[in-house]
Amino acid sequence: MMKRTLLIAAAVLGFSASAYAAGETPVPPQQKWTFQGPFGKFDRAQLQRGFKVYREVCASCHGLSYVAFRNLSAEGGPEFSEAQVKALAAEYKIQDGPNEAGDMFERPGRPADRFPSPFPNENAAAAANGGKAPPDLSLMAKARTYERGFPWFITDVFRQYSENGADYLVALLNGYEEAPAGFTVPQGGHYNHYYPGHVIAMPKPLSDGQVEYAKNEAGQPQAPETVEQYAKDVTAFLTWTAEPHLEARKRLGFQVMLFLLVLSGLLYFTKKKVWANVGGEVEGHATPPMTHNP
Amino acid sequence: MAETTTHVAEPTRRDFLYIATGAAAVVGGATLVWPFVQSLAPDAATVAAGAPVEVDLTPIAEGQIVKVFWRGKLIFIRHRTAEEIKAAEDVNVASLRDPQADSARVKEGKAQWLIVYGNCTHLGCVPLGQQGEYHGWFCPCHGSVFDTSGRVRGGPAPINLPIPPYAFASDTKIIIGQEATA
Amino acid sequence: MSQHSTTYVPKSAFGKWFESRLPIAGLVHSSFIAFPVPRNLTYFWTFGAILAFMLVSQIVTGVVLAMYYTPNAAMAFQSVEHIMRDVNYGWLIRYLHANGASMFFVAVYVHIFRNFYYGSYKAPREVLYILGVIIFLLMMATAFMGYVLPWGQMSFWGATVITNLFSAIPVVGETIVSYLWGGYSVGNPTLNRFFSLHYLLPFMIAGVVALHIWALHVPGQNNPTGIPIKSGKDAVPFTPYATIKDIFAVVVFMLFFAYWVFYMPNYLGHADNYIPANPAVTPAHIVPEWYFLPFYAILRAIPDKLGGVIAMGAAIVIWCFMPWLDTSKVRSTAYRPLYKQFFWLFVVVCFLLGWLGSRPAEGWYVIASQICTVYYFAHFLIVLPVLGFVERPLPLPNSILESVMGVQKGGAGVPAGANAEPNTKG
Repeated sequence: MMKRTLLIAAAVLGFSASAYAAGETPVPPQQKWTFQGPFGKFDRAQLQRGFKVYREVCASCHGLSYVAFRNLSAEGGPEFSEAQVKALAAEYKIQDGPNEAGDMFERPGRPADRFPSPFPNENAAAAANGGKAPPDLSLMAKARTYERGFPWFITDVFRQYSENGADYLVALLNGYEEAPAGFTVPQGGHYNHYYPGHVIAMPKPLSDGQVEYAKNEAGQPQAPETVEQYAKDVTAFLTWTAEPHLEARKRLGFQVMLFLLVLSGLLYFTKKKVWANVGGEVEGHATPPMTHNP
Repeated sequence: MAETTTHVAEPTRRDFLYIATGAAAVVGGATLVWPFVQSLAPDAATVAAGAPVEVDLTPIAEGQIVKVFWRGKLIFIRHRTAEEIKAAEDVNVASLRDPQADSARVKEGKAQWLIVYGNCTHLGCVPLGQQGEYHGWFCPCHGSVFDTSGRVRGGPAPINLPIPPYAFASDTKIIIGQEATA
Repeated sequence: MSQHSTTYVPKSAFGKWFESRLPIAGLVHSSFIAFPVPRNLTYFWTFGAILAFMLVSQIVTGVVLAMYYTPNAAMAFQSVEHIMRDVNYGWLIRYLHANGASMFFVAVYVHIFRNFYYGSYKAPREVLYILGVIIFLLMMATAFMGYVLPWGQMSFWGATVITNLFSAIPVVGETIVSYLWGGYSVGNPTLNRFFSLHYLLPFMIAGVVALHIWALHVPGQNNPTGIPIKSGKDAVPFTPYATIKDIFAVVVFMLFFAYWVFYMPNYLGHADNYIPANPAVTPAHIVPEWYFLPFYAILRAIPDKLGGVIAMGAAIVIWCFMPWLDTSKVRSTAYRPLYKQFFWLFVVVCFLLGWLGSRPAEGWYVIASQICTVYYFAHFLIVLPVLGFVERPLPLPNSILESVMGVQKGGAGVPAGANAEPNTKG
């Protein structure tokens, strides 16, 4: 027993980190997002479309358990009206209780409720989906990423590239294709170009025209009803669910950076003035003469 | 100070008192530490939950794999078919990465029951049963392949799926966590 | 050295009354106001103040987070999401705390390598230096346990891998591990006790920091020349000169800190930690936080498990012996032309180890890790002792003042060592 545990531990230790070497997973293409960069903001219409895609397609299997209905009308999100959210919440059945008789009962949802999960528990979810529970989507955009590699992981810091998760999700949703010759897809699996190992349990979820978008004045849908657009919209929505305070964060960040810049400028000159009392600041050491004394 | 004893080396009653008092204090102190250290050990509830568990094998059909948890670790119980047993036995043991005969991985006379820990020895993912080249297990994470004896046959896993301690209580019942006494 | 030349005299009657009962104002005065500071300190010497700021920042944000966090395996992940979504400015406080840990390590590594470069660890600052190593070890323990608290996948599996290191200890290893876990695997008791210790350790760090500062104020600060203060002209009083410089440096560091918090808050973490802990599934890529990577590379470079654990521990413990392993009488690397090259080679090796620690342990990565590990130890065990004997240092300036004002054309420097303060090391 002890030896076995040792061996397992040794295996975990010795072989950690070999994930990306095992399978050659293609790099997802980088998308243009309205929420990237230091002044990024969500596109409200896109979030609303993305929510529609989630609700009509993803929600049948995937939960959104950290998101409450009220969040949908909060600032910095899809910003549905409060009346819309109230009506939407009422369409859901929420389990509550126990009542006076000691029984659990169902009631219409309220804005304060969180999205109910499609399955009562993880085992039920797994049982209904070929043995693998569909993951909750609340944090998906932050819980997925892809390997950037040298030197990109350094340049990413300067260009503030933090949409790895979103880019991966778009690529994944568009990545369903025929398996190449010689690749056997196990039963219950589906070939996906961008999924690590290529075999994903989720069948292709989106198809063109599947979700009807709101029409503009000209009677045209406000965005193309294509898999590509659905994927982008639902990913934008999931980026918001994963990081609901993204806009507030970037806005406050700019103010803080500006303040700190001014303060450090003031401090710099104050410091110079103070040090002038002792004849100015002198730092370090003189370059020593490069000769040796005998 | 010098006046108290004339011979430094000679133990006096007072020295004995100092030593006895010091020793008593040290013993007391060490005893005080004991409950604090022991409180870190697995508690009674955890120990009770970690006791050997009985598993009834009757509902497990031939060819089926059942997952159970013991001490927080996943365990596969596989009711092997004759074909699968034969495939596992017909392997040249010397050719294996982690050489082990199938007979050493099952209980004597109970070759149809394979009981192994259910986490891949590479990084602990859960391999999928009846898949892969040898129809044993296939780990979806990094492609480790295990045969119908749970031995590693390909991919990055370094060793075979380990066997948990277990014993047969009867022909249809095993106790996981109990080493065979026979 | 008689540092405390300016004694504190309370001005008010109350001040006198209080000072005669608790002379704390005098202590503050002698330590942070009148304390003589070498006038040639560079910005590398501001990292002590930056670290003090980071410690306070981590404690303040941590105390607030603890008001909302629940240290229970069933609720921890959810409580962190509650902080991120519902608590007012919870996202800000959590991101400050999470990124603050990384910033703390950025600052401590600069501080440590400044000490290596300028020979600050040498006599008479050995105790000061070893206290610093102890702080670093406490920081590592605190950071590791803190990373477990969100109870995501990387928390859980990181805890599993690291606690399993103790099972390498012969005979009692398995028992120790089960005592660490409080069970048969990492679980609720583990999380709960890690939270308790994660809350305790920062205050222990603060205690050792107090000793560290106390030990600093006996010999005074080292400086880029490595030669001690000889006259009043070499030094300036701590306040206002060092104070204003430290504050400026802290604010500039806050700019750096804020950039991560507001624009790249998840870059230094792992995506897997946004997946709740699951004992049945291992993340594909178990990697520690960036600040542990060089040590992780050393751990994996040794093919034997116990050997790896010993090497990893030794990689830090060996720091404690530096004051005695380094045989050179010259402190500052600025006057050690040969050592300067070895120093930078050592820095490169440390970066390489960090990078290798993030790579899979296979193929040439393993060989490269082994070469770097050998060099890492050779730096301490061979380069430091040998160089002191074979190297001919450059002439040292006569005083700090002379150095910073430029060596006079006529006044040639004196031979190295002749002017250094008496070396007391054995």
